[in-house]
Amino acid sequence: MLTMWVTRVAALCAAAAALGGCATPALVDPRDPFEPANRAVFEFNEGLDRTVIKPVAQVYRAVLPQPVRTGVRNFYGNLWDPWIGVNNLLQGKVEWAMSDMFRFAVNTTFGLGGINDVATDMRLEKHNEDFGQTLGRWGIEPGPYLVLPVLGPSTVRDGVGLIADTFGYLPWRIPTWRKWNHYVAWRNSLTALGFVSLRATLLDAESVVEEAALDKYSFVRDAYLQRRRSLIYDGEPPPEPAPEHGGNTALPDDLATEPSRAVAPAWAARAAPADDTGGGRAPGAFAPGALQLVDPRIPANYVAVLAAAGRPHDERKEARK
Amino acid sequence: MMVRICAALLAATLAAPVAAQHIGKDTAPDVLVKRVADEVLDIVRKDKEIQAGDRAKTIALVEEKVLPHFNFTRMTALAMGINWRKASPEQQKLLVTEFRTLLVRTYSTALTNYRDQTIEYKPLRAQPQDTDVTVRSQVRQAGAEPIAIDYSLEKTDAGWKVYDVSVGGVSLVTTYRDTFAQEVRKAGVDGLIKTLGEKNRQLHSTS
Repeated sequence: MLTMWVTRVAALCAAAAALGGCATPALVDPRDPFEPANRAVFEFNEGLDRTVIKPVAQVYRAVLPQPVRTGVRNFYGNLWDPWIGVNNLLQGKVEWAMSDMFRFAVNTTFGLGGINDVATDMRLEKHNEDFGQTLGRWGIEPGPYLVLPVLGPSTVRDGVGLIADTFGYLPWRIPTWRKWNHYVAWRNSLTALGFVSLRATLLDAESVVEEAALDKYSFVRDAYLQRRRSLIYDGEPPPEPAPEHGGNTALPDDLATEPSRAVAPAWAARAAPADDTGGGRAPGAFAPGALQLVDPRIPANYVAVLAAAGRPHDERKEARK
Repeated sequence: MMVRICAALLAATLAAPVAAQHIGKDTAPDVLVKRVADEVLDIVRKDKEIQAGDRAKTIALVEEKVLPHFNFTRMTALAMGINWRKASPEQQKLLVTEFRTLLVRTYSTALTNYRDQTIEYKPLRAQPQDTDVTVRSQVRQAGAEPIAIDYSLEKTDAGWKVYDVSVGGVSLVTTYRDTFAQEVRKAGVDGLIKTLGEKNRQLHSTS
């Protein structure tokens, strides 16, 4: 698979070079400069999933009844909530951070160690935050797309975030709590069960992806990058000109011939010309003046902005009254 | 992460239904989306055969209730991006047909996976004269953050039509855009049509 791909790229490069064009930029997706290596890891992950992880998840689902599986999922979700709160705090979302801490307190006590998600019933909505998102909120670019062994899709920024996340994840804090004899076994078992639980919840969704994707690798990549961008903006990202990687045809001459584009990072791709959203109306229309970087920054009045936008935290306020 | 995306996609496809006979062409976009979704999910909730994975029945339901409210030509053109103009009218027609088949099938699969998630709709933020709006909804589920499902609609002479659905911030059209570009680059527009056709036939034989 990989060899085929490399051969194909090589052939295409040669052809492009022969035509006197700039070979690499036409073929390399600027967001994914390590595509050959990523594809190899992706194939490895797929194989591992097919032979080990998925069968285990299927057994897990077949053996345990739904309420037990929900309890396990809630338990793990609860362990993440303090770290989610810390990240909301780092992003300046104080009210959300308080809500996350309150969720953890309520679920750990009344929810019997997190098995019951009573906080959601109290309209304390669960949030989705991690350190990669915090870095994104601080204006740090994702950098090249990466497929990590076992863990799957990521980017340079999100990979760094992931390292920080392991520090914030409670089971990985066990060793620092106390040095008892079996802590490594406990920690690893907890992590493994969490992984299987997560995989089991995906069994249905997976069939949809399998059916939808023409090329699963690029489907997953494009979905991941969009999803991360959406998460950084908490579901309301500013409109983004859709990057067109169809080749030089999409580029004005000055950009297409610029040598540095071969290694252009993700933000360059975003600044690259895009097809207008009205494909039928004006395909390929390109207005250089319309290009702008759309990276997140923390607005000073973030809470006020959220309030004005009628975000969920308003609903929580309502609920508390 | 992969997990979250998959879950989001599933929820997305689940919640995407749109249509019903009593919907006129003057129906407001948010009302339209809500009515169609409610109607379809109500049927799925009651129909044991669909829940058990009766594919033909699910596809028939989607064809009847949901499809009339989608503009597949616009969806295909958006997913093709700049390559749309490179396709001849015949090729465009084939592309729309194959893409439509693929989406219907995928959507039907998601629908058979639907269980009792609740869907909430957010107030529509649009001016009366707008011809392009986004209807926002959220699928709520215990123990996980809600998943946003947004429908992009445009006003046509035949009423409001959906031209993109995004789940958890992942746009259906955008997600196909790179794959389509990649296929066209490899083997031209005909290559893409062929790949789509093969995918559809392969799905057909395994169902």
